[in-house]
Amino acid sequence: MAVDVHQEVFIQEAQELLEELEESLLELENDTDNADIVARIFRAMHTIKGSGAMFGFENIAHLVHDVETAYDMVRNGELTISKDMLEYSLKSCDVIKEMLQDAAIKADSPEAVEILNFFRGCQNKPQEAKPEAPVDNIEETSTADERAYRIRFKPEETILMQGTNPAHLLEELEEMGESKIIAHTSSVPPLAEMDPEKCYTFWDILLTTNKTENDIRDVFIFVEDDSEIKINVIDDFTTEDDHYKKLGEILLEKGDVTAEALQALMNEKKMLGEMLVEKGLVKPEAIASALEEQKHVKEMRNKKAAVESAASIRVPSEKLDSMVDLVGELVTVQARLNQTAVEDLNPELMKIAEEVERLVWELRDNTMSIRMLQIGSTFSKYKRLVRDLSRDLGKDIELITKGEDTELDKTVIEKLGDPLVHLVRNSVDHGIGTPADRIAAGKDGKGQILLSAEHSGDSVLIQIKDNGKGIDRDVILNKAIEKGIVAEGAEMTDKEVYELIFAAGFSTAESVSNVSGRGVGMDVVKRNIEALRGTIYIESTLGVGTTITLKLPLTLAIIDGLLVTISDQSFIVPLSRVNECIEFKESEYKTESCRKILKVRDELIPYVKLRDIFGIKDGVPDIQQIVIVELEGRRVGFVVDNVIGDHQTVIKSLGKTFKDVECVSGASVLGNGSVALIIDIVKVYTSIE
Amino acid sequence: MSEKDSNMQHDNCQVLTFMLAEEVYGVDIMSVREVLDYTSVTKVPQTPDYMVGVINLRGNVVPVLDLRLKFGMGKTEKMVNTCVIIVEVEIDDETTILGALADSVQEVVDFEGSNIEDAPKIGTQLNTAFIKGMAKNNDGFVIILNVNSVFSQDDILSLAGTAETTPEQAAISV
Amino acid sequence: MSKTILTVDDSASIRQMVKFTLTKEGYNVIEACDGKDALTKVNGANIDMVVTDLNMPNMDGITLIKQLRTQAKFKFIPIIMLTTESQDSKKAEGKSAGATGWIVKPFKPEQLITVTKKVLR
Repeated sequence: MAVDVHQEVFIQEAQELLEELEESLLELENDTDNADIVARIFRAMHTIKGSGAMFGFENIAHLVHDVETAYDMVRNGELTISKDMLEYSLKSCDVIKEMLQDAAIKADSPEAVEILNFFRGCQNKPQEAKPEAPVDNIEETSTADERAYRIRFKPEETILMQGTNPAHLLEELEEMGESKIIAHTSSVPPLAEMDPEKCYTFWDILLTTNKTENDIRDVFIFVEDDSEIKINVIDDFTTEDDHYKKLGEILLEKGDVTAEALQALMNEKKMLGEMLVEKGLVKPEAIASALEEQKHVKEMRNKKAAVESAASIRVPSEKLDSMVDLVGELVTVQARLNQTAVEDLNPELMKIAEEVERLVWELRDNTMSIRMLQIGSTFSKYKRLVRDLSRDLGKDIELITKGEDTELDKTVIEKLGDPLVHLVRNSVDHGIGTPADRIAAGKDGKGQILLSAEHSGDSVLIQIKDNGKGIDRDVILNKAIEKGIVAEGAEMTDKEVYELIFAAGFSTAESVSNVSGRGVGMDVVKRNIEALRGTIYIESTLGVGTTITLKLPLTLAIIDGLLVTISDQSFIVPLSRVNECIEFKESEYKTESCRKILKVRDELIPYVKLRDIFGIKDGVPDIQQIVIVELEGRRVGFVVDNVIGDHQTVIKSLGKTFKDVECVSGASVLGNGSVALIIDIVKVYTSIE
Repeated sequence: MSEKDSNMQHDNCQVLTFMLAEEVYGVDIMSVREVLDYTSVTKVPQTPDYMVGVINLRGNVVPVLDLRLKFGMGKTEKMVNTCVIIVEVEIDDETTILGALADSVQEVVDFEGSNIEDAPKIGTQLNTAFIKGMAKNNDGFVIILNVNSVFSQDDILSLAGTAETTPEQAAISV
Repeated sequence: MSKTILTVDDSASIRQMVKFTLTKEGYNVIEACDGKDALTKVNGANIDMVVTDLNMPNMDGITLIKQLRTQAKFKFIPIIMLTTESQDSKKAEGKSAGATGWIVKPFKPEQLITVTKKVLR
């Protein structure tokens, strides 16, 4: 909310008012009986108070409140102006001015308290000027169970004259749940006697809702003083009893009929309702209303029972998988339909295609959401893991989990299990030291591992954060040199050194424990995460701790892609990574090597020609396009021939046959039936790095 | 590959015959799913030449091989009769769908087991492991392929290994 | 058609806040600085709702409400009063003058929106 804008206006306004106020006060000094001036002062104070409280100047509002009250008393002749009063009024102007400049001045500053005490004295109020404790309006949150209410709303005839439309109130009730409204029109006079500006009708509303009685009363807040409003709970759906109250009982409860009259009738053997009407004891609408009530409760009870039995259903996951496949095919066919419609320039067909598109996307989102599971179910097993491991290793470690309710595609969650176990093990084994080590390092003997999950755009971030030893880059580097993974004397950034942990055959534990440190770990972890189209990176501060972050896509089946072409071939770049696309003229950049640098708005961006990577040789167009993507915090350009646009990409695996093809992560079928390859830009870039 | 038992009895079988460079080949009809007209194939980078690429088979992405290139008979030229035979093969106990280019598809023929002989040790351009047997036809021999070994050879499975040796790839990894 | 709301208040900051909040909700907002100003502004205009302060120079809110209710055009439109005094006397006075409802100052923009949506469906 743009409070600041309002605040500025208020400050300006208050300053003007204060000037006016001062002037009026000085005037009043010479003319203490002038009611006009008092009224002016009162109004200025009133405005400052009201607006102040609204724009975050509670201190001012608090101070002004008692001053205003005093002048109200003067206005009403309960108090006479004294010299002291004027003096303190002027003083209050000064304090308010200061408060406007510096919001930090509290209403309990010495000057403010002095002023407050004076004005309270005038009103014979207690002298303590403690700021009133903020009133916590803790309203009972209304997540009560469903109940059925009977509401009688009988407005005053003049309700329309106050600008209230009873229909609006009824609508508001209708929005709260399942409802039935019965209008009682018996008191509507004959046309000749009717005043069209009056409301002669009253209503019975049967409402089943999880809102509380107070919530219902709130609907009538503006009319409750002059309307008859009765709210009764008629059913809380807790009894198993099939039978609801009898007609007579309802009418009796509502006061539509007296017990005696009812009793008298009971002896006759006719339908009660008919008899009551016949005898003129009850208006037909009252009977109708009572009958509706019986019906409503019965319906709601049935509905409730149905909902409870069908709140969730179990479905074999293969069925879900095949549903996703079908939706995927539908998306593909829909793309074809769209293309055909556009090519044919048939407006009717295009309209249908658009409608189908909307439905398909909705279906797609729906289907995907069905496959989403909360990650919490897997988190719980790590608590046990950490407990057992730390006991075995003589460590004291607490696992804290956060974001258990984060939802992820079920396949992703399933495949995440092993890598996470490994990472948590690593933290326990390598990350956090023994209590003795930790205390020696000036830390709490108890270590902590935080396992958290959160949404971030179309990805989920999973973090394993420990407050342990941190990663010693020298240890890593030496090990890597020893293992021949890097050459001696190589210049490497911290990040590059941490990356070494993921190199095949790398292990830093000084002794091989049965927990981790067999060197078959991190490279497998990284590969598994990448197979999920995710990324993994490490941040660490020596002596403070290590954080491992996994970034995973929400779903594996369908992504938003950017369709590009090179020669006659189509490719897809994951749209989530794309920053921008710009034109690229070959002639302006003549260099031979594979990796080049491009200047975009004073930023140097390395770029790669995809046609070189993919060995496509024919016809290079004059103007090509550069797709700039974000890779691990860096911007990198990929040169393609043409950018076509976004494409709902149903990811199809290339299968085992191509499992070792690095730069392609899958394929997708296009609208024209041909196949486009999905580029694994991370792999492409690292392969040439 | 272990030597085949030369006295092995062949079962009766139905074979789909097709042409590769003027020669008649056959595959067991049981492993053929369907035959498609040649459609556009998307080349997958970093793969050997005989991997033509992938095609869209009713929404599924299916790899296609050029058998002529694989057998060292020169590239398959796209003609009117060129088609893709879709076969099911077992790779690591999993059924995989693959496509194979053929110059043309001929017919489905029944062969008696007695008419099928083992592959000759010499005299064909092919690795004998690819051949299930030779069957005598009206006017010559049909080479019946062993689809599982043709398509599930290690070199198909681990393309990266072969890919590194292709000149194309060598140029890239600079 | 977006509905038009008249905000009457001698405090510019309140007017701005009301205008800002309701404009963002898609309403058309006209401002007036007191009762007199309001009566000239409504002349000839189509107003669907009025939000008025009670304490104002020249003509106070109660008088304004009474005046508006005498005009056929504004007889049944919702009129919301802004009160600092949450005392019932003021509220009752406003109600009998013909006010539909009230909002007690200080209020949050959300409260204004809730009330507006309640009376002006």
